[in-house]
Amino acid sequence: MANAKEIKTVLFGPVFANNPIALQVLGICSALAVTTKMDKALVMCIALTLVTAFSNFFISLIRNHIPSSVRIIVQMTIIASLVIVVDQLLKAFAYDVAKELSVFVGLIITNCIVMGRAEAFAMKSAPGISFLDGIGNGLGYSAVLMTVAFIRELGGSGTLFGIEIMPLVKDGGWYQPMGLLLMPPSAFIIIAGLIWLLRTYRTEQIEKA
Amino acid sequence: MSSNNDSISKTLIVVISLCLVCAVIVSTAAVQLRPQQTANKLLDSQKNVLAVTGLLSGSDINELYSKHIEERFVDLDTGDFVEKPANYDYRKFMKDPEESIRLSGDEDVASIKSRANIAPVYLAYNNGVESGELSAIVLPIHGYGLWSTMHAFLALGADGTTIKGLNYYEQGETAGLGGEVQNPKWVAQFEGKKLLDQSGAPAIKVVKPGNASADSAFEVDGLSGATLTSNGVQYTFDFWAGAKGFAPFLAKVRDGALNNG
Repeated sequence: MANAKEIKTVLFGPVFANNPIALQVLGICSALAVTTKMDKALVMCIALTLVTAFSNFFISLIRNHIPSSVRIIVQMTIIASLVIVVDQLLKAFAYDVAKELSVFVGLIITNCIVMGRAEAFAMKSAPGISFLDGIGNGLGYSAVLMTVAFIRELGGSGTLFGIEIMPLVKDGGWYQPMGLLLMPPSAFIIIAGLIWLLRTYRTEQIEKA
Repeated sequence: MSSNNDSISKTLIVVISLCLVCAVIVSTAAVQLRPQQTANKLLDSQKNVLAVTGLLSGSDINELYSKHIEERFVDLDTGDFVEKPANYDYRKFMKDPEESIRLSGDEDVASIKSRANIAPVYLAYNNGVESGELSAIVLPIHGYGLWSTMHAFLALGADGTTIKGLNYYEQGETAGLGGEVQNPKWVAQFEGKKLLDQSGAPAIKVVKPGNASADSAFEVDGLSGATLTSNGVQYTFDFWAGAKGFAPFLAKVRDGALNNG
């Protein structure tokens, strides 16, 4: 097992320094789709973090036995199985949220973050640290998703986690909601804004022109 | 080690054993969790029926449901009650060619393509089923909006025409615009309106937002910014209140089919 410093880098590096969405621009599709409400986004984050962590763990466990000719298929099989299990669990224990997330849980299979970490990290590292890398990247994804969901839900519906923060005009309050924030394009704008902010603050992330 | 990995026998062994392990895990999860999932689905549907009749009060849904709701099955062509068919599943029967009819272009105003021959209706009794005082008839309706098929329960008074509640419980319209069909404030407008006119023809009208007259027994405001979803709601009502929908059943209700038990 690695030392404490390495663990910290692996676990928290992906949140700011090496964020899968902001720096690598992976996993954008679900970031657009499930960020209209914070509770939806939270469940999606937990699901994705678990899938990334466990797929990293299992792939790393058998990494020395995976034939390189079929390694992508092997990774996909593991990821797909985990996603199905997560989907079944959600349907059994969080039915209401599962209904709203519908197809997007299944689409975790195609989320580039999961595949990317499996191929780039788990294939070369020990199971323990791979598991932490999965958690770390899940956290990085979650950080961006929750920020986007916060802006979209607050601005678009005047609520957070479904609790009314700013009463809407149509319900007799004062806040006129911004309909654009509920549409998928707004997530592009917000994510782009976040990337801009992050790169202004951490100039080393700017790509050479 | 790695050169060894790429031999055909090693590849086959790894792939086949991985598939077996994954298959076992996935099927175990599916089988183990199925009872829980089925229970969730049933509970969800019962909750929606209770919600539309205003009987939902947060306590034990199963108990409330068995106390207040009676499930019956209606042959939509004749409007008569029938026995519950074997293996009945409304969503499956809708699409099963044996158990449904295909709708022609003119008939299919709600864009649902086919319609089950037998539909469930839920009779609600505020004072408990054994009291025999019918308070509402809940009909399942669905129709296409802008992006999705929208499923709802419509509660009618014992007269078979006064709307007592509407509950869109499943839809995939644009969140914040068409998705507002689920907004309790919007569906509350339907309460007290009449589904049918004197002659029994569908009469409820979803009009342009802000144009519904308060005196009218038939007009409700559409959703602003969601004209096509509002149209979908209108077509859903037109279809299900019409001859291919529940009209034969509702005609019998008005003639007192439910009074003689």
